[in-house]
Amino acid sequence: MPTPSRYWREIPQRYRFETNQCTKCKVKFFPPRLICPECKNQDLQKAKIEEKGKLLTYTIIRVPPHQYVDQAPYAVGIVELDDGVKLTGQVVDCDFDDIKIGMRLKLEFRKIYQEGDSGILCYGYKFVPE
Amino acid sequence: MQGIVGYGAYIPRNRIKVEEIAKVWGADAPSYKRGLMLEEKSVPSPDQDTITMSVEASKNALKRAKIDPAEIGAVYVGSESHPYAVKPSGTVLAEALGATPEAHTADLEFACKAGTEGMYVALSLVKAEEVKYGLAVGADTSQGAPGDALEYSAAAGAAAFIFGKENIVAKSIKTYAFMTDTPDFWRREYQYYPQHGGRFTGDPAYFRHITGAANGIMDKAGMKPADFDYVIFHQPNGKFPLRAGKMLGFQREQIEPGWLVNLLGNTYSGSSPLGLTSTLDISKPGDIILLVSYGSGAGSDAFIFEVTDRIDEVRELAPKTRDLLVKNRNYLEYGEYAKFRHKIRKAE
Amino acid sequence: MREVAVIGTGMTKWGELWEKSLRTIFVETALLALKDAGVDKIDSMYVGSMSSGLFVGQEHIASLLADYLGQTPVPSARVETACASGGLAFKLGFMEVASGMSDVVLVSGIEKMTDVNGHEATFALGTAADQEYEGYHGITFPGLYALIAMAHMEKYGTTREQLAMVAVKNHKNGAKNPLAQFPFEITVDMVLNSVMVADPLRILDCSPITDGAAAVMLCPVEMARKMGKPVVKVVGMGHATDTIALSSRKDITWLEATYQAGKRAYEMAGKKPEDIDVIEVHDCFTIAEICVMEALGIVEKGKGGKAVEEGLTALEGKIPVNASGGLKSKGHPVGATGVAQIIEITKQLRGESGERQVENAKVGMTQNMGGSGGSAVVHIFEKE
Repeated sequence: MPTPSRYWREIPQRYRFETNQCTKCKVKFFPPRLICPECKNQDLQKAKIEEKGKLLTYTIIRVPPHQYVDQAPYAVGIVELDDGVKLTGQVVDCDFDDIKIGMRLKLEFRKIYQEGDSGILCYGYKFVPE
Repeated sequence: MQGIVGYGAYIPRNRIKVEEIAKVWGADAPSYKRGLMLEEKSVPSPDQDTITMSVEASKNALKRAKIDPAEIGAVYVGSESHPYAVKPSGTVLAEALGATPEAHTADLEFACKAGTEGMYVALSLVKAEEVKYGLAVGADTSQGAPGDALEYSAAAGAAAFIFGKENIVAKSIKTYAFMTDTPDFWRREYQYYPQHGGRFTGDPAYFRHITGAANGIMDKAGMKPADFDYVIFHQPNGKFPLRAGKMLGFQREQIEPGWLVNLLGNTYSGSSPLGLTSTLDISKPGDIILLVSYGSGAGSDAFIFEVTDRIDEVRELAPKTRDLLVKNRNYLEYGEYAKFRHKIRKAE
Repeated sequence: MREVAVIGTGMTKWGELWEKSLRTIFVETALLALKDAGVDKIDSMYVGSMSSGLFVGQEHIASLLADYLGQTPVPSARVETACASGGLAFKLGFMEVASGMSDVVLVSGIEKMTDVNGHEATFALGTAADQEYEGYHGITFPGLYALIAMAHMEKYGTTREQLAMVAVKNHKNGAKNPLAQFPFEITVDMVLNSVMVADPLRILDCSPITDGAAAVMLCPVEMARKMGKPVVKVVGMGHATDTIALSSRKDITWLEATYQAGKRAYEMAGKKPEDIDVIEVHDCFTIAEICVMEALGIVEKGKGGKAVEEGLTALEGKIPVNASGGLKSKGHPVGATGVAQIIEITKQLRGESGERQVENAKVGMTQNMGGSGGSAVVHIFEKE
């Protein structure tokens, strides 16, 4: 899992939701890229993603990868934000039975996981009910 | 003139009731509830810590301050449960808000008054015009040893204040600090749980410093208890702040709006700061508020604020403290609570 | 480009092969393929393996395996595209023969997955996902397909029972496959009551952790004709990619890479879905088989669940899918799967499938897929 440098590099995205956007076709994507996936234009401008959206699909992970064993079971979903950007993240602060496709969610700053007892703490975003 | 420009709170949604804890340790729940004047306390989820709560509380403060976070010149996080022993909470907070790289940061600790320490320093830097805006957060996810009295009250929460000279919501009238070396509560390095001096934590510790600071600031400001609309004391349990109020000559109605502990528990560095955010939520322009924190070891910071017209504009811009306290609560059983609070020893 | 034929196959029983190391498993199957082809020297070899590094700490297996097969200094390459590594290895072997660069090429796939514990295996498989924006949030490989299943059920009304029927069908076929990891039948009830892995997928919706290898030999068709076995030609090949992150897809329920790969394979072969007699698809999870059938044009979009329910894809059905038992019953040693699919089709077209023989199978297809559909390799074979 992330080394300090690999974790640190993604901070603008994970902490501040920074990304970029195509100047030609206006498509916004997350995380940022060097080339627009739609029109292949390489002239991109800075942008931020919206922080609220609706749940497109979700699942409850009951058999986790080893770094997430203590967190299981947890819900993970794909959310379509109000600006059209889609991203994957855990859905927390609600009972599993209350999770429904189409529900409104917003991004919140949470600890994603920690590297054992002595490794770095990794933060990022999760979804909570709006 | 300087003061609070934005304020924000964050309380996790999990709770555990006194009865649930007492059941496991064979203790008499009703007498704990009576003695501590406590019903339940907040519990952080495993993915929440001092840093995550500080970020959300600060974002709420920014919503009320309506400033560009890049203009925050100082960021202080006061806590006794900083996630790292060495590496600041403040840098993560500053990065998450977009205050980097031109900001001064320091992590502060002084038991439960680390939050108001940050407020004291941030406010002073703004007063000295060293920074345009200063942010101070009091946040904790503190631990009580299993079966110990503190387990019933050790809770989690965060309150954030942005100080500045423009668009003030609450003017800072006076500040005061009262401090001695009094070993009433402490934790040695590498120890997982703190220890305390039992009844020694009362009169010679909490009450001496709270009254010392309250009397000191009232003297300095030439004011009496009746001059204040509201007063907030540090809340280790429900009884202490009410008794302190009585000792000093305050009325119950002055204490009520900031008295959250019966449903929240003791959020340590967030305790009196959350009492302040809760009081600001219901205050009116012109209200005078006294805030007196307490940190074991020991000391109290005192502040006098005067609410301005701007409170009506900003009150609704972010979640209110009492709403965070009572809405969407999720009650835990002791087993889940122990798992969340890492009290269960697992294999390496 | 020359025409290419499959002239030899080699596969041993798949399962938890505690006593066998990665190199042993590979050599045993490769030797069987060489024997079946009747050759003892190869011009080139390709090995598909998703992550020998994460599973057994061994990289550079191209040379390791060439060495242990006794074939050095043969040029050898290990290729990877997650679970489609085997199919990709075949594509490259096919291209090397078709281009005239080599005559006899060994294509193999292998994975040794049981030397790590369950959680580590889950992590290794999860590296097929976007590590920073999917894996970072705790998603797993079953989790990704569960996201697809939830969306498919919401959009098209696909039911939990229909998903279970895919596993039941594949086990029915696999029960007749002596090399399968789980050669026994199961029922819909057993699937619905098995332990939940990632809602709505249960353990019996998921392909297992398996050790195994599969190997085939390729050569030009003119050479194959002289070898006295039915000639199975490679007539179509398609390979395509899609976004790695599921959240970047336009339609979470649609496997675009499989559609594109299938389209190219059909075009090259001059065939349409109706022309295919028997298919091996990548049922890493029950929902995957349903989505693949839709993407390959075997059924209309959204109708995959219904088709399984109605028996369209049963062994006796109109278009038998996964006569081998599929990944579900046969097992899924990740890198080996793509090659094992090709072995099944080769045997079906040669008429060597015994109890699982599909009558008059002349044209067969394999579809091998990586990650949550980020890569797909499709091949079409025809008996001469």
